[in-house]
Amino acid sequence: MFASRFYNIVIPVISVILGLIAGAIIMLLFGYNPISGYAALWNGAFGDLYFTGETIVKVTPYILSGVAVAFAFRTGLFNIGVEGQVFVGWLAAVWVGVALDLPMILHLPLAILAAAVAGGLWGFVPGFLKAKFRVHEVIVSIMMNYIALYTCNAIIRSVITDNEDKTENVAESASLASEWLTQLTFSRLHYGFLIALIGAFLMWFILEKTTKGYELRSVGFNQNASKYAGMNVDRNIVLSFVISGAFAGVAGAMQGLGTFQFMSVNSGFTNIGFDGIAVALLGGNTALGSVLGAFLFGTLKVGALNMPSAGVPKELVDIVVALIIFFVASSYIIRWFLQRSKKEGK
Amino acid sequence: MEYVIEMLNIRKEFPGIVANDNITLQVKPGEIHALLGENGAGKSTLMNVLFGLYQPEKGEIKVKGEPVNITDPNVANQLGIGMVHQHFMLVDTFTVTENIILGMEPKKGSKVDIKKAEKEVQEISERYGLRVDPTAKIQDISVGMQQRVEILKTLYRGADILIFDEPTAVLTPQEIHELIQIMRTLISEGKSIILITHKLKEIMEVCDRCTVIRKGEGIGTVNVSETTTNELASLMVGREVSFTTEKEAAQPKEDILHIRNLRVKDVRGVEMVKNLDLDVKAGEIVGIAGVDGNGQSELIEAIAGLRKSEAGSISLKGNDITNLSPRNVTETGVSHIPQDRHKFGLVLDFPIGENMVLQTYYKEPYSKNGILNYKEIYKKAKGLIEEYDVRTPSEYTLARALSGGNQQKAIIGREMDRVPDLLIAAQPTRGLDVGAIEFIHKKLIEARDQGKAVLLLSFELDEIINVSDRIAVMFDGHIVANVKPEETTEQELGLLMAGSKKQEEGEL
Repeated sequence: MFASRFYNIVIPVISVILGLIAGAIIMLLFGYNPISGYAALWNGAFGDLYFTGETIVKVTPYILSGVAVAFAFRTGLFNIGVEGQVFVGWLAAVWVGVALDLPMILHLPLAILAAAVAGGLWGFVPGFLKAKFRVHEVIVSIMMNYIALYTCNAIIRSVITDNEDKTENVAESASLASEWLTQLTFSRLHYGFLIALIGAFLMWFILEKTTKGYELRSVGFNQNASKYAGMNVDRNIVLSFVISGAFAGVAGAMQGLGTFQFMSVNSGFTNIGFDGIAVALLGGNTALGSVLGAFLFGTLKVGALNMPSAGVPKELVDIVVALIIFFVASSYIIRWFLQRSKKEGK
Repeated sequence: MEYVIEMLNIRKEFPGIVANDNITLQVKPGEIHALLGENGAGKSTLMNVLFGLYQPEKGEIKVKGEPVNITDPNVANQLGIGMVHQHFMLVDTFTVTENIILGMEPKKGSKVDIKKAEKEVQEISERYGLRVDPTAKIQDISVGMQQRVEILKTLYRGADILIFDEPTAVLTPQEIHELIQIMRTLISEGKSIILITHKLKEIMEVCDRCTVIRKGEGIGTVNVSETTTNELASLMVGREVSFTTEKEAAQPKEDILHIRNLRVKDVRGVEMVKNLDLDVKAGEIVGIAGVDGNGQSELIEAIAGLRKSEAGSISLKGNDITNLSPRNVTETGVSHIPQDRHKFGLVLDFPIGENMVLQTYYKEPYSKNGILNYKEIYKKAKGLIEEYDVRTPSEYTLARALSGGNQQKAIIGREMDRVPDLLIAAQPTRGLDVGAIEFIHKKLIEARDQGKAVLLLSFELDEIINVSDRIAVMFDGHIVANVKPEETTEQELGLLMAGSKKQEEGEL
């Protein structure tokens, strides 16, 4: 048990280091200085309070989308529809934020709840189809992503606004923005990251501590044994997808109520959901791992914006990120090396 | 050349344990040599040393008199050693021929010469009496047939010495019979065989000599013709083992399970249980004898709520439980030791402790207000692990890491502890060694003596005869005969299972 836990921590760390080394080699090959490149990356992410704030802003939805993917994964399901669930969550939160006029103590929770419900409903569809008709959840949830993208665009254009490209800003009573944090950092930093951390805690709590979580994990590992033990496998599949979708929906709310305060018409995906897959993978599909994975992802993404100041094209950062994921995905190789060198050391 | 294989004083260590110590195994050409030992005695380790998967710390290996250093399975192959694995290593979607030639395909230019390969496979299979269809896909053929493909694979690679790793564990009695014929043919064609097993009957039937290992140590080699099953068993276990299970006469009381006119279909929609009647009383063990595939599995799944009944009724203590959900059936008072412990019995990736509450996790004290109480769960698990002698490093160990016998003991502990009215035991001793079998039989009889109704399904006739108080013979979806174990013989049961009618009795 110790050994597996040890590997679960060491392997992502080695993957990250290998990814950074590979990135350095590529920078060298193209004639850039990797040290100044990485220094710019670091400064761009944590160089001053503004950058740190923006990094946390970026990390916040990643935590929740990573948690959404990881939650489904732990129960044996591949929720590739997090992207779409983020969209509907975003829209629902902004809609409630714009259309209603309530005291903050009601308005903000209601807006977040609306996001969770919308994401949950979007997750319900692939879950239900999987449970009822054994339709593969990956296919359905990919299609649901496109439906979400264009439905949200249509609603923004013709229902919420009169042919505008973006909604009005949400009411102050539904906003996560904080004057205090803004004055401190001059960034868009908002209270959302607390909600994201609560989300990660909830995932851990549901899976590890609750009776329902026991069922969900059991169904994820072995459907036959779960059925034999008297669990309702189909209902657990649907439930898992709904919970996963709810986490994704709240990730959307972080964008709508926090970072942007509105929702605009999108020409393509935000990639928050798709990156969530990588975040969950980096984090070994655990709650804490998703938080750490999201931090790494957000740091790289925000820091990359500063890399051109060292002359390095920011596209290179995307290569580094891709390399890190590559090394995590092929962690089998690292595991094999570690075990082999351990064997020979004896 | 006196021996084809000599493994002399082999020692193999793993961190913390000595898996093999001072084991000597010498195989003569043209013999079937048994390697006998309990689950976990070190048989597989020894064979993996011979096959080059492990390197021994001490000892010498000679093949045909020459000292050799088997560094990996390719070396073993070159030396003419072939292994027929217990868990088949086959590509399901490939044909028989494609599987056999995998890795050493005959080429015609840059393409695989499949016609030539098929011809070769056909030739080898005819020569050794291994009937297979070279063009059939693995996924479409029976388990027995798949095993023949595994054998052909080793022969195609030119093996002279074949290691069979518990080959009968997955086979039906009919297939076991065929395998024994195949092994005899192989010997007559000049091959030598090492048979890894813990089934004494098979050793007595086919083997010439038998090497026994116990807890990693070599105990010795005996000539099978000069020994008895009792002697082999005590050599293996290290103490006297009783084969006839001691028990008092049953004192059946009221009906517990009452099945009338039951009809059940299988996955394909074929009716497997046809108008079946069956009663099991409190305080008796009813054994269902039958050749696999005569509706036994469907019957048990229907009782347990895992499969829909098309018609008829199942009642438990007078309560109708037909087509209730598995949870409702369980709560009515049914415990079920499932046929396939990996597929149904355990969540292998859960700790063994969490597996101990698989049906009760939602009840107090294990769960309160929707929150699990791990302290109570593991307290319960610890108790059961001790009571049922489940050997595991701790209750936090993943179920996957336990040996088959200990996994089974864990399931039996869990199921018997729920104090059911009816205990269904489907092949409860499959793949276990005599020590574990003895223990499980004792526990089944204990349950009976406590006044529970026990329904035992087994394909081992001696188990059925030994343990049951009444035997219901199942054939083609019906119970075709009810016999008393003391009034019948294996021969008679065999005939009944094959569908011949019982002569003198009118009542069925």
